[in-house]
Amino acid sequence: MQSQHIMRSFDEELRLLTNQIGGMGGYAERMVEQAVAALVSGDAALAKKVIEDDAFLDEKEREIGEKAVVIIAKRQPMAADLREIVGAIRISGDLERIGDLGKNIAKRVVAVTEARQPTRLFRGLSALSDLALTQLKEVLDAYASHSADKISFVRDRDEEIDAMYTSLFRELLTYMMEDPRNITACTHLVFCAKNIERIGDHATNIAETVYHIVTGTVLPPERPKEDKSHKVVAPTQQEN
Amino acid sequence: MEDDDNGSSPGWLKAVMRRLGRNWQVLAAASAALLALDLHLGGNGLAAAGAVAFVLAVAVLFPGKRGEHVAMQRSEGLAPDIDTLPAIHLAAAVQDPLYIFNRGGEVVYANAAAAAAFGPIAPGVSLQLKFRAPEMHDFIARVLAGGDEPSATDYAERVPIERVYRVSAMPIGEGTGLFVLLFKDQSEARRIDRMRADFIANASHELRTPLASVAGFIETLRGPARDDPKARENFLQIMQNQTARMARLIDDLLSLSRLEIRPYVTPSEKVDMRLLLKGVGDSLAHLARESGVTIAFELPETPLEVAGDRDELVQVFENLVENACKYGSAGGRVVISAEDAGPGAEKTVTVTDFGPGIAEEHIPRITERFYRVDVETSRAQKGTGLGLSIVKHILTRHGARLSIKSRVGEGSSFTVHFPPAR
Repeated sequence: MQSQHIMRSFDEELRLLTNQIGGMGGYAERMVEQAVAALVSGDAALAKKVIEDDAFLDEKEREIGEKAVVIIAKRQPMAADLREIVGAIRISGDLERIGDLGKNIAKRVVAVTEARQPTRLFRGLSALSDLALTQLKEVLDAYASHSADKISFVRDRDEEIDAMYTSLFRELLTYMMEDPRNITACTHLVFCAKNIERIGDHATNIAETVYHIVTGTVLPPERPKEDKSHKVVAPTQQEN
Repeated sequence: MEDDDNGSSPGWLKAVMRRLGRNWQVLAAASAALLALDLHLGGNGLAAAGAVAFVLAVAVLFPGKRGEHVAMQRSEGLAPDIDTLPAIHLAAAVQDPLYIFNRGGEVVYANAAAAAAFGPIAPGVSLQLKFRAPEMHDFIARVLAGGDEPSATDYAERVPIERVYRVSAMPIGEGTGLFVLLFKDQSEARRIDRMRADFIANASHELRTPLASVAGFIETLRGPARDDPKARENFLQIMQNQTARMARLIDDLLSLSRLEIRPYVTPSEKVDMRLLLKGVGDSLAHLARESGVTIAFELPETPLEVAGDRDELVQVFENLVENACKYGSAGGRVVISAEDAGPGAEKTVTVTDFGPGIAEEHIPRITERFYRVDVETSRAQKGTGLGLSIVKHILTRHGARLSIKSRVGEGSSFTVHFPPAR
């Protein structure tokens, strides 16, 4: 990272660009964290704040995109520099999507918590979001230090998130079958869980971009998807 | 006065003699040469005598300076000069995480405590990328923009372990362009609060069922079953089981809470896993016999050392082996194996049972608190639903992870992956 260019101002521009990605990453992490916290504690005010925060990420993404285009036009960067800049555009896109997903969770808070729900509904969800947040943090840390060492673990964790999501899907389905009054809340929770699972996928995308920035090669092709929720059906009779 | 004179004058003479003595060959040769030169040029030797006297005087005075120099060096060795102490030595001595960064926000130096708390960071990495929380991001930007007064903010991390820091930043010296960022761990207060809330929530929720059942039986005993000795005996037995369960639950909740409250420090003690695992096997021998299970070991020949807290690791493997004995008793044996794939690779310890196994959909969930695959079996085995949460919590503290593999009907294996030694 510390290769020096003859023009110091180029270094300066690159650093500003990556720092802005850092800022976006911090915001996205915080939004997801707060959205899930609002959901678990039924805090409508916090949810409202998260929804408003999303505008910041949209704005930042646009800003980074423009700045990157200006740098490309002005400096005509090659190789590592070009990867760095294109990578920044891609990462900012993923982070913006993560913000949207966080916002979507926050939007459902009121619907889910209208009637007080038993805590067991949320236990799995906060565990799932912890996994996704850890994944996001590791990926952004890898971006900060420009190291590809930990990237391979990220995929393992993505698998873990998928498995957890499938299991959660099944659990929420059982609650709906137990008592039709659960259906509203549980349907929203299924969407929230799906959103968190998608956040994990975006984190994996970022990991791939970081790997490309650092090494110049692409991560070996991805293994088959592990999310099996599309195969889950509601059991029609009690199995033994 | 007299004493002074008597004492000092021979001392002074001795010093002169010593200094002359040290270089006498050179001095004698120089004097002879000067005399010869003077005589050869037709002088009467007076000029030569004068020159010799001058050289001697210099010889007498000069070593004095060298002596002084040596003395100065010695006094430096005893009490280093505070003015020339490198900042890095001071930073390394600080026990709290500390970063030194430049005007560009790039890390110049991170001390050992910082590496332990937030992972290693290469010099040149941007601080704003490493600490991304919005308030930290703004804070660093504010410090860099130049405000000379010391300022502080709060920094909270939720994953992998909840931590809260008070962060302060200050420019170093005048015009150095360097800044210092210091983290003060405040997690403990936060953890105590949280622990209290969690404990009450969990305890009240989980204790309610057995408590309700005990209350119900008491009511029956005082009412309809007042004169029925057979029912009374039966009910008392149930009540005893329920109270025992409550006691276990409280033990486990307390143990989990105690773990949560402990400060987050990377353990530095070296533990030989072979000895530890043998010890765990011995202490659970009676349980294994009761469950009709034999415990087998597959351990490497050489010591398998991991950095960890011995007591906590004992708790981890006791829990895992206990589970394997209880829930995998149908398989008749439990295998404890360990593997060291060499330096730089993860060290693993695996506890395998050959019981009924765990269905796929439960595997990702079983480390959650109070998650039970099968409530009836768990109750029958005196489980509290907290064992694996405790395991997971301890392992997170050790930077280790737990992976679970299982096939229904074939058994389960729980593998602990310890990070490679740093």
